[in-house]
Amino acid sequence: MTDVLAQMMQIALVLGLAPGLTGLVRLVKARLVGRRGPGLLQPYRDLARLLRKDAVLADNASWLFRSTPYMVFTTLWFAAALVPTFTTGLLLGPAADLIALVAFLGAARFFTALAGLDIGTSFGGIGSSREAMFGTLAEPAVLTVIFTVSLLVHSTSLVDVAEFIAVSRVGIRVSLLMALIALIIVALAENARIPVDNPATHLELTMVHEAMVLEYSGRHLALIEVAAMVKLLLYLSLIICVFLPFGIATREVGAAGFGFGLLVYLAKLIGGGVALAVFETSIAKMRVFRVSEFLGGALMLGLLAMIYLYISRAL
Amino acid sequence: MLAALLLANAVLLALFLLGATAGREHGGGHVRLAVYGGCAAVSAVNALIVLAFLLGSGPSAPPELSLPIGLPWLPSRFRLDGLSAFILLIVNVVSGLAALYGVGYGRHEEEPARVLPFFPLFLAGMNLVPVADDAFTFLVAWEAMSVSSWLLVLSSHRRPETRRAAQVYLVMAAFGTMAMILTFGILAGAAGDYAFAAMRARDLSPLAAGVVLGGVLLGAGSKAGIVPLHAWLPLAHPAAPSHVSALMSGVMTKVAIYAMIRILFDLVHHVEWWWGLVVLALGAGTAVLGVLYAVVQRDIKTLLAYSTVENVGVIVCGIGLALAFEANGHGALAGLSLVAALFHAFNHSLYKSLLFLGAGAVLTATGHRDLERLGGLIHRLPTTAVACLIGSAAISALPPLNGFASEWLLFQAVLSGPLLNQWGLKLAVPVAGAMLALATALAAACFVRAFGIAFLGRPRSPEAAAAAEVGLSMRLPMMILGGACIVFGVLPVFVLSLLTPLVAGLLGTSPLASGGAGWLWLTPVADRASSYSGMVMLLAVGAMALLTLQVRRIASGRVRRSAAWDCGFPDPSPDTQYTASSFAQPIRRVFGAAAFRTREVVDMPEPGEIRPAHFSVTSRDLVWEWFYRPVVMAIGFVTGRTNKFQFMTIREYLAVMFAALVMLLIVVVVIR
Amino acid sequence: MTSLEYDIAHLFDGTVLLLSFMLLYQRRLFGVINTFAMQALVLAAAAAWQAHIHAAPHLYVTAGIALVFKAIVIPYVLHRVIRTFGIHRTIDTALGVGPSLVAGASLVALSIMLVLPVTFASGALTRESLALALSTVLLGLLMMITRRNAVTQVVGFMSLENGLILAAVGVEGMPLVVEMSVAFSVMVAFIIFGIFFFHIRERFDTLDVQYLETFRGERR
Repeated sequence: MTDVLAQMMQIALVLGLAPGLTGLVRLVKARLVGRRGPGLLQPYRDLARLLRKDAVLADNASWLFRSTPYMVFTTLWFAAALVPTFTTGLLLGPAADLIALVAFLGAARFFTALAGLDIGTSFGGIGSSREAMFGTLAEPAVLTVIFTVSLLVHSTSLVDVAEFIAVSRVGIRVSLLMALIALIIVALAENARIPVDNPATHLELTMVHEAMVLEYSGRHLALIEVAAMVKLLLYLSLIICVFLPFGIATREVGAAGFGFGLLVYLAKLIGGGVALAVFETSIAKMRVFRVSEFLGGALMLGLLAMIYLYISRAL
Repeated sequence: MLAALLLANAVLLALFLLGATAGREHGGGHVRLAVYGGCAAVSAVNALIVLAFLLGSGPSAPPELSLPIGLPWLPSRFRLDGLSAFILLIVNVVSGLAALYGVGYGRHEEEPARVLPFFPLFLAGMNLVPVADDAFTFLVAWEAMSVSSWLLVLSSHRRPETRRAAQVYLVMAAFGTMAMILTFGILAGAAGDYAFAAMRARDLSPLAAGVVLGGVLLGAGSKAGIVPLHAWLPLAHPAAPSHVSALMSGVMTKVAIYAMIRILFDLVHHVEWWWGLVVLALGAGTAVLGVLYAVVQRDIKTLLAYSTVENVGVIVCGIGLALAFEANGHGALAGLSLVAALFHAFNHSLYKSLLFLGAGAVLTATGHRDLERLGGLIHRLPTTAVACLIGSAAISALPPLNGFASEWLLFQAVLSGPLLNQWGLKLAVPVAGAMLALATALAAACFVRAFGIAFLGRPRSPEAAAAAEVGLSMRLPMMILGGACIVFGVLPVFVLSLLTPLVAGLLGTSPLASGGAGWLWLTPVADRASSYSGMVMLLAVGAMALLTLQVRRIASGRVRRSAAWDCGFPDPSPDTQYTASSFAQPIRRVFGAAAFRTREVVDMPEPGEIRPAHFSVTSRDLVWEWFYRPVVMAIGFVTGRTNKFQFMTIREYLAVMFAALVMLLIVVVVIR
Repeated sequence: MTSLEYDIAHLFDGTVLLLSFMLLYQRRLFGVINTFAMQALVLAAAAAWQAHIHAAPHLYVTAGIALVFKAIVIPYVLHRVIRTFGIHRTIDTALGVGPSLVAGASLVALSIMLVLPVTFASGALTRESLALALSTVLLGLLMMITRRNAVTQVVGFMSLENGLILAAVGVEGMPLVVEMSVAFSVMVAFIIFGIFFFHIRERFDTLDVQYLETFRGERR
């Protein structure tokens, strides 16, 4: 019963927090460059505004184009609901493991890229083709990270990973350090953050994600935007859950434990958001074909981490 | 049961005769209906028989049968066990649907008389290989399969590229059969008993077993399309009519996989650990190279054929893992890997034939196979588009479809790599895992491109703009296959429960990939908590999708149609769209330099000049250059040297013969 | 040695290797030099940590040498060299960044395969340190081979030497004399490279060693 309740809370929590996290990152970035910046709640207001507007579709948009926002949002929302945030006692824990989680993210990318091609504009195509290229390197990189972690934990289940690393003393591992760096690189690329893509730009030739979703408007755009926000939250939660799960509530603890877990999670999330903002303001965007080296580096790091585990003390 | 299966083959032979005699005059009408309808009916009956056999699995001894056909002193032996039955299930499910599709597709055939007789013969060959129980019968059936598919490839013989494809295919098939004959020769040994039962009873020396591995990899591997022996596959598979392409890619490669498994796990007992390393390396290399080739192709059917190479690589990886675990005494994990490999073979036969049938529908509707001439077909061919979307998603291993379920099982097997003892394998398994992940991700990119360019966007040719949906007999098989991709993805345990006993029978230990936690869950490794349930996931996502749809209540529900936004510069010409080549450009640029030695030459005139700008891409096929060209050169060298044997006097010929005789005698003396 | 001490020693070693990888990834000269300085810093920390947990004071000397010369003096000098010579600041690669990373990963796998069976009897820390050190040495060599610029060749050479020191520090009982002589030889090599720079620059107006090859008639 608590599992059901925790799962419901988790589903609501990720959706509720995601725009706030994006707002936080934007706010901190603005402050760091000396602007006042919009408030924390601006993303919520933006979404509400988009929802009120009529949707404009291109003449030759197909059903795939119209349904993609719903599919992508649902997929990412579900994926985010799988990652333990404040508790590991989640109802859907056993239904999908880390590999399935990556595959879900892949599904979201698959449909977003298709939607970018649907209207038949050059901007949609440029976005889709670049996104497809990023995906070919990002997905194996994150899978190698997952392999590393699950070789250590002997399970690919997210719940097991979080509980194992939080409870047992894994110690400081070089392989985990490498895997963490690889995962951070992938997270930056997947969320269209700065060294890879610029979330704020609308200068067509420099953007990737924005180019793909250029033709969306109204409620469709709102869904796409909130899906991107949920994805950012998801990746941050994933990093927290796999590498810093300390303080997460296990299945047994009561309501007080849940409350504590929630507070710790919020603190870690805020820390992560601020760190992201600091990182983004201190680095310049790279050329598109430098990204393949960046992500390829992540893939090699993940692979090294996996090979490396074999020479560590014990598995 | 076995007798009924063999009887069905007799019916197929009768259909061959019907097609051969009447196909030329009446190829358009009733004969076509009779041949394809007959094939579909026979396949349906066969499929039901083997399904009943698999579900029953009652008799502990597999049924055997010995028929006095063939040479007088060599009766043909047949045997039906779990592995044969499972492969026959793949064969017959797909061939039944392909035959049904053929009813509609055959109407657009240029020369039906060149397809009708050989289609049933091809089916008969593929039906006989898995039940053959001695080397002679096996090879006859194998050759029937090869030759009939070669004839089917030649059906559109007027195109020069088809003739070249058929030539390469014939050479490779002959070479493969030669390797198989050699393999069976070593398996049979000096006693020369060609029955599989006698081979099972023999113990091979490690050297002989190693030669058998090499022979299988050459013989069955060339048929399956392992790099570098894949060269014929992307030429021959697309050249055949689309429903035959579906069979060749979806089914014939699985028959080759069957031959590998039958010989390596059943006829040979001796498994060395380095076998696993070799097979794993070949599989991983095949997977990545295959998909890298696929992602840059412009012709849909060639693209699909290269993607077959990739999937064969994935299956071979599973076999390699199974060999590695088997050699280290981890029978259960070997079972898991083999189950994953067979399940992937099953899934691939479903979605690859679906995609080939879809390509056939596109070809029928537009007359084009070139992606650069397609586009916007989702509006013109709605059913085909949905089916192809399901196929593309399944082959990209997206959950909850079947491609994901088998890749998931394979990844679980990869994660048990640390249990292996040898350092070489310990390092090879994670690398192979990463390469499989890379291949999967590239496959997703490849099929975003294939589906997106062909079905989405705006039409790139007048034919694509005027295309009309294909007939029901062509749509129905695609819909069934698409449905199967969903069903077996959501409920993979149905297939796994068929696979578990047969793999247990092959390896002697029960694999862990059972539905131990109920029919909803995949829990391959009991002591680990990794689990996956497509059904629960689908229900949860479905519930959340219903919640998402509630957005329409609070949002403005109105939709306006207008011209595309395109940053304010919508261009009415479809030429301004991204093309298939431009879509592949980033991937080509990232991987191409290493894989194909791609060179891009851009010739941009200075401002003010009036000559046109030029852009050209050259890429080289390194497999041809590094593998085939040296072989061809060596053959050329040897033939050049031996050419003088043709211009000798009688005395010299006699001297050569005499020298040979003396040499042989000396050899005999030395060996004694 | 407790688990935590072990973990920290291990972490330092791993970070040195990680920084070797980052050296391969860099495309700017200053990036290369800064990464190298980081590597030297971590190396100094690794040596100091070993000195602390093994109570071996002579290792503090090693740490000091690494800190003063490699983390501070040499990077500073290289920065000045680049500024005063006005060298072009992007690196010309003989092998692209992606392939060199793949090659690097396979070299690490190779050294693991090489070291582990040989040293099976010795302690886990020695074993892993040796594998890591050997990887660092090989990556340094790889860097010297695949980068055309003379500055990167120097950095590759010194990163290779970092790997040697890492091995010396990790294996107990390496006498100080060996380390001193290694450090000294590096100093000599650095001076020779300095003169070498000066002369190439004077003659060819660049530090791209490709011009040397052209000059010797090896390349058209």
